[in-house]
Amino acid sequence: MAHLIELRDVYKIYQMGDETVHALDGINLTIDEGEFVAIVGQSGSGKSTAMNIIGCLDVPTSGTYHLGGVDVSTMQDDQQAEIRNKMLGFIFQQYNLIPKLNVLENVELPLLYAGIPSGERRERALRSLERVGLAAKCKNLPSQLSGGQQQRVSIARALAGNPSVILADEPTGALDSHTGREVLAFLKKLNQEGDTVVLITHDNSIAVQAKRIVRLQDGKIIYDGDASDPRAVVQPMESGDPVAPDGTFSDGEVVV
Amino acid sequence: MNLSQSFRLALKSLATSKMRALLTMLGIIIGVAAVIVITSLGNGMQQMMNQQFESLGANIIQVQVYGMGMGSSRSVEPEDMYALAAEYPSYLSGITPSVNLQTVVRVGGEEYEQTSVSGISEDYIEMSGDTITQGRFLRYVDVDRARNVCVIGAYLSQEAFGGGGVGETVYLSGVPYTVVGVLNASSSDVSEGSGDDCLYIPYTSAMRLSGTAYVSGYVFTCPGRDSAATAKAIIEDSLYQIFQSSDYYFVLTSAEMMDAMNTMMNTMMVVLVAIAAISLLVGGIGIMNIMLVSVTERTREIGIRKSLGAKRANIRSQFIIEAGTTSAIGGVIGILLGVALAGVVGSLISSTMTGTNATFTAVPAANSVLTAFGVSVGIGVLFGYLPANKAAKLNPIDALRYD
Ligand SMILES: Nc1ncnc2c1ncn2[C@@H]1O[C@H](COP(=O)(O)OP(=O)(O)OP(=O)(O)O)[C@@H](O)[C@H]1O
Ligand SMILES: [Mg+2]
Repeated sequence: MAHLIELRDVYKIYQMGDETVHALDGINLTIDEGEFVAIVGQSGSGKSTAMNIIGCLDVPTSGTYHLGGVDVSTMQDDQQAEIRNKMLGFIFQQYNLIPKLNVLENVELPLLYAGIPSGERRERALRSLERVGLAAKCKNLPSQLSGGQQQRVSIARALAGNPSVILADEPTGALDSHTGREVLAFLKKLNQEGDTVVLITHDNSIAVQAKRIVRLQDGKIIYDGDASDPRAVVQPMESGDPVAPDGTFSDGEVVV
Repeated sequence: MNLSQSFRLALKSLATSKMRALLTMLGIIIGVAAVIVITSLGNGMQQMMNQQFESLGANIIQVQVYGMGMGSSRSVEPEDMYALAAEYPSYLSGITPSVNLQTVVRVGGEEYEQTSVSGISEDYIEMSGDTITQGRFLRYVDVDRARNVCVIGAYLSQEAFGGGGVGETVYLSGVPYTVVGVLNASSSDVSEGSGDDCLYIPYTSAMRLSGTAYVSGYVFTCPGRDSAATAKAIIEDSLYQIFQSSDYYFVLTSAEMMDAMNTMMNTMMVVLVAIAAISLLVGGIGIMNIMLVSVTERTREIGIRKSLGAKRANIRSQFIIEAGTTSAIGGVIGILLGVALAGVVGSLISSTMTGTNATFTAVPAANSVLTAFGVSVGIGVLFGYLPANKAAKLNPIDALRYD
């Protein structure tokens, strides 16, 4: 059976004046249904670029990307929008809720663009909010919620459209460690219920919660395997990045 | 699909920045209000003129003959014109010779300079639709014998004779005329220079008074407005046969005069509306400007919507609806303002118009109100398209990264 996500020789090259940046430098990656994958790596290693391509927000410079057996790497804007709507749920570091819309309306958005009639839309959005325990806040504006609650709303929004893959780019980055753990626990629960989760983080202590870790460096995969393998969390010494000796910018294990 | 939400969002964002919304709509408001005021006043003016024509008689045909005394050896006698009317009774329902006198009416020591003095035949009263309140109208014998008798209008009766007048004497160029009848007032406003400030004598007597040998003016009536053109053609044909040239006479129907006036009014209104429409254009540019700002301000929102599966058309329609809503609200405010202003200006005008028998009211036409509304929505959509399209084409990652 085909893989749910299949990247083949994916390059993403940015031309910055005379300089070319290989944000992704020949990535081969497959992810199957029901997996919980953490993509880790130092800042600038290409994690967000990879997620943008997996999330159909961007297309590779070269290489192919099959999502659910369909080649989406050459699709037009509107076709990609449809794929995002039907197959993908995003959780962002900055929550990305629309401030003028209330919680329920925010969660309804993917259903709205899927063309679901208003009655059913409301019902499904409410059910999704119930899953994150925020149905009672459905008439509040995002600004009236705490950061953790806002992130839960954004999770509810990602779940509302019943996506095949949940993509989370640093979902705990803006939260304190306690709330971060809660969000992470929720993602784990979703995965146990059968959802495919791709989590992007630079934090090893979070990454080890996943079943599988993919480590990126300079746009290349330098490790892909079980999260329990010590190599998954080891900071490779040949990294080109200047790392402060006190570890401030270190990618190494940080205890939360 | 997301129309109602787009609409609600548009109202919400207008409500959150009322000042900005008002300034955005100002051009539309002024433009629409100006168009409404102009068309309302124009319509009122046209109605007033039509009323005035109607009261003068809509089915009147005036004939001027200048053949005599201009070198033509041929001439027209009243008998020829009477014969013509008798020949075509279904087109020419009435006829009277008409001799206008530039003479001042004197009663006792008073002079009435504004009073219009005309020499007509006994048939005139039926043609004009006037009625007698005291005495009688002129009769055939008065005309036939060129008697010095007259019928006076309501104004002279009230001013000079305290409401009466029959049997009294008035002087025209020093010649005494006996009042034989008084006409009913034709409007509630009986004043100097109005339609009721008039005096009629037999045309034969008028010719003697002015020392002319020929009647140069005739007034015909036709049964209806529809027959006016045919009636005019009949008169012109017959006059052409007599003079063998069209230079010696002039035939004008009141319908033609009314049409000419209306055409003039319409042209004027089109010019004024075109000027007002420039304001609508400026208003449209104002909307485009604010929509461009709005698209930039909401780049992140656009990115979020796109990441959730909004297609270009969804984003585009959201912004177009917002622009259209803004201008539609501006249009409604403009219509209300325009109707109110037209009412105020209309009543100001009509309050300065005492002394005439016409009334002036501003008439906002339903079709110009609808057009104004449609045009303002159209302008919003038109000028909103460019910013909306810009928003629709944003790249989702760039938009998400924007802050
Ligand atoms: N739009 C762009 N134009 C030019 N270069 C870009 C662009 N987007 C990303 N890059 C470059 O691509 C490389 C990878 O960037 P990316 O955002 O994927 O890193 P990341 O792993 O997500 O880092 P972080 O952990 O800081 O978010 C970086 O060197 C970055 O400068
Ligand atoms: Mg990143």
